[in-house]
Amino acid sequence: RSQRGGTGRDRGNTGSAMDAPSAAGLGGADPQLQRFIEVETQKQRFQQLVHQMTELCWEKCMDKPGPKLDSRAETCFVNCVERFIDTSQFILNRLEQTQKSKSAFSESLSD
Amino acid sequence: DSGMESGFGSDFGSGGGGGGKLDPGLIMEQVKVQIAVANAQELLQRMTDKCFRKCIGKPGGSLDNSEQKCIAMCMDRYMDSWNTVSRAYNSRLQRERANM
Repeated sequence: RSQRGGTGRDRGNTGSAMDAPSAAGLGGADPQLQRFIEVETQKQRFQQLVHQMTELCWEKCMDKPGPKLDSRAETCFVNCVERFIDTSQFILNRLEQTQKSKSAFSESLSD
Repeated sequence: DSGMESGFGSDFGSGGGGGGKLDPGLIMEQVKVQIAVANAQELLQRMTDKCFRKCIGKPGGSLDNSEQKCIAMCMDRYMDSWNTVSRAYNSRLQRERANM
């Protein structure tokens, strides 16, 4: 599998909200197209996560839609984003740890 | 929507021009537009879902005034929320990159 660039920490093939994707092999020989694909892919991952987190956090933070977003709801949304990313990282870290402690599994799972 | 997409399809063909050489700049621009359209559709779909849930109780024979007002406010609040989430996520990403 292609290595993920930009993070300096190899998380295998599990994705987190932080990873930058590699476009190696895509776009053929044209470096301009390749760069474009990298950039647009990263932008899309960002957009997708915003969509996903907005949906999730709306459920947690929004009661009845009012004439404006009050400061309590705004704070809730910000916290929600931070905790979502914390959750994502926590899951990855713990998964890494449990894989390391099971040497028989780590070969097949971390490919 | 489908009208728009088939429009791109025909542009693609005629934009290629003589010699069969595809202009990467043109392709990139078209891809960007298609991505923007897809994102707008995604936003609309989720917004509709959320605002329907918030504003429509027992579905009546039509949307009454209070329901319409609720939907209008809900749309604006959803956009506000989306922007708040986008800013918060961006800040977090920048903070993470600064710490690497």
